[in-house]
Amino acid sequence: MAVHEFDAVIVGAGGAGLYAAMELGRSADLRVAVLSKLYPTRSHTGAAQGGIGAALGNMEEDHWEWHMFDTVKGGDYLTDQDAAEILCREAVETIYDLEHMGLPFDRTPDGRIAQRRFGGHTHHFGQGPVRRACHAADRTGHMILQTLYQQCLRHDVRFFNEFQVLDLLIEDGVACGVVAWEILTGELHTFHARAVMFATGGWGRIYKVTSNAHTLTGDGAAICWRRGIPLEDMEFYQFHPTGIYRLGILMSEAARGEGAVLRNRYGERFMERYSPTLLDLAPRDIIARAMLTEIREGRGIDGKDYLYLDFTHLAREVLEEKLPEITSFARTYLGIDPQREPVPVQPTAHYAMGGIPTDVWGRVVVDEKNTVLPGLYAAGECACVSVHGANRLGTNSLVDILVFGRRAGRDMARYLREAKLVPVAHNPTSNAREQIERLLASRGNERVAAIRDELGQAMMDYCGIFRNGADLCRMLQILGELRERYARIQLFDRGRVFNQDLLEAWELGCLLDVAEATVRSALHRTESRGAHMREDYPKRDDENWLKHTLLYRKPDGTFEFRYKPVVITRFPPQERRY
Amino acid sequence: MKATIRIKRFNPERDRRPYWAEYEVPVDPFDRVLDALHYIKWNLDGTLALRRSCAHGICGSDAMLINGRNRLACKVLIKDLGPRITVEPLRGLPVIKDLVVDMEPFFRKYRAVMPWLINDEPPPPRERLQTPQERARYEDTTKCILCAICTTACPIYWGTGEFLGPAALVAAHRFVFDSRDRATKERLDILADRSGAFRCRTVFNCTDACPQGIEITKAIQELKQAIVLSRS
Repeated sequence: MAVHEFDAVIVGAGGAGLYAAMELGRSADLRVAVLSKLYPTRSHTGAAQGGIGAALGNMEEDHWEWHMFDTVKGGDYLTDQDAAEILCREAVETIYDLEHMGLPFDRTPDGRIAQRRFGGHTHHFGQGPVRRACHAADRTGHMILQTLYQQCLRHDVRFFNEFQVLDLLIEDGVACGVVAWEILTGELHTFHARAVMFATGGWGRIYKVTSNAHTLTGDGAAICWRRGIPLEDMEFYQFHPTGIYRLGILMSEAARGEGAVLRNRYGERFMERYSPTLLDLAPRDIIARAMLTEIREGRGIDGKDYLYLDFTHLAREVLEEKLPEITSFARTYLGIDPQREPVPVQPTAHYAMGGIPTDVWGRVVVDEKNTVLPGLYAAGECACVSVHGANRLGTNSLVDILVFGRRAGRDMARYLREAKLVPVAHNPTSNAREQIERLLASRGNERVAAIRDELGQAMMDYCGIFRNGADLCRMLQILGELRERYARIQLFDRGRVFNQDLLEAWELGCLLDVAEATVRSALHRTESRGAHMREDYPKRDDENWLKHTLLYRKPDGTFEFRYKPVVITRFPPQERRY
Repeated sequence: MKATIRIKRFNPERDRRPYWAEYEVPVDPFDRVLDALHYIKWNLDGTLALRRSCAHGICGSDAMLINGRNRLACKVLIKDLGPRITVEPLRGLPVIKDLVVDMEPFFRKYRAVMPWLINDEPPPPRERLQTPQERARYEDTTKCILCAICTTACPIYWGTGEFLGPAALVAAHRFVFDSRDRATKERLDILADRSGAFRCRTVFNCTDACPQGIEITKAIQELKQAIVLSRS
């Protein structure tokens, strides 16, 4: 068993993890390790397409206050407004910071960063769409990931690639390291550190149709939850309106930002009926529900469960120059030229608004009084600050990873000036080792892939865009059955070298945990808000539910809910209309 | 329909040398090769090792040799290959297990060209200006996803592991032609070395294979010109 010592250990090498690592690398003489289950440039930040929202005002008048209003309203007023203010103010300087690091943004004729429209982003507090999303074609996330990785290399950040973190070490209430499994050798490593950060991304793989990578299995959230840290607002899961039918691959909202429209089987631009002002650029929860309503009422294409995203009225240059990546997806995976034929789409599981609770410095907080767990940080999709509230706006995931990845890095640097190294327990790997050995020793007849498929299908059916109490109870029962079967799995591979069979089995355990947190929270919240739509409680209920959910799993296996108030500073809750 | 997938297998804990294994897989013509590999891994033999993540050609994990050509398994469809498909690990990098190769030599070459923007002039309060024309100058080489397909398709790279290889040169190009970068000279010095750009013999394998459609050979020629001009 190898033991490593660092000042800070960051788990996950997407935008949030890399930004924090780079801040530590460039600001101080600190030893930083980044652990990734992949190679850093494979992280899912690279799949983000459309843009980063920031009120630069390069194309037309814009202000961070307008961005903040859109974020709060988009989040159906569950957004913490102190955090949203930081998000939208610091988005601007963060964009310049990235540009100075070399990020190749598209440019205006006068050489400034180019910006475009995106769903839910408006001028004058909701008057009409505004061009706010800074972009590099439809490869914005790719450029972020490359630029930050390059800067980390420049600043001598140490990478441990293909290391799967299995456990978080906490001693005397202070985070002091992680235990990781080296995929290449099967060896366990202890990373002993004064600060630990999780930036492990989301868990779209709890759903069958998802835009998320296969590797997005909620590891960081599950690990923290198992160590007694609550998960916040897990009931809020976003479906992106336009995934390629059956495949779930994303057709960026930038498509609609550039003028593409949604149509039903009669060729109607049905968003005119659901969102008269913003039309196809309404927020995602509203469009996803409108699409499902069209499908349920028989207006899907050929009466089936999909609709059309229509680009055929756009100029070919728009597709080739501004949307080259999604044009290529349509060609590669469907054999369709989107300039000639509409693309079949359906909503695809996309983004977790909830996650590991943090304050505005990325510090993990463990209760309704925002008590900090010293030394532990989280940022990006795995975290819940909460800037997205009940529904995230397009582009704000990138803003979130950048602004709060950067802030977490800066705060860690500050924390590390004082913090002492807390000794780890006598046998730090015992919990991780036990997890692995249990999976290797299991001699049942159940297959990991079968359980995972059934989980994904059931979550689509019972905990998707429309929810109700009966379905959610059914889903809890299914989860219980799947867990029983999970205890009786049989691995094909019991070797040490690159045992991905074992890795996938371990990941399935995380999926089951985050799915459980999602379903329990969804059943508990008896109102409809943002992405959480309860058919049996169709109205937003500010009187009882203008609050965040914290869900704990206790050592005895029972669950406890607590609540945290929503921070409201500038924008009192109003009815949400677009 | 059914497809026959032949895979070159090797498990260092079990096998003394690689061998071919054949699997019958039910497929749809629009399935990706990755879908067929997943079918095998999840239903027939879970010991099969392969890297993959996004499954739509963005992350660059699943580069492999498919019917004799380097491709991303998630970006090639069964219908374009027919019912008999052969899959092998990339050439030119040591095999770890089945379709997984050691990527460290590849990333070492990448790091050698200083693949980061260097400009220590104090930045303006807002963005540095760059015209659309200046931006277009290096657009093509920003698309690289570091999948290693080009480098492991290059016969010069197979011949001598010393050669930086196309991907590292693509990374260098992206900065040499960026109007904001100030380290052109240092980079060109690295590329002028005997392991650098002039090792390229314009075979065009890299350009043909690139899943991002980057004109790699052209980029390397531009680097050669820049080196020559900087020395004249």
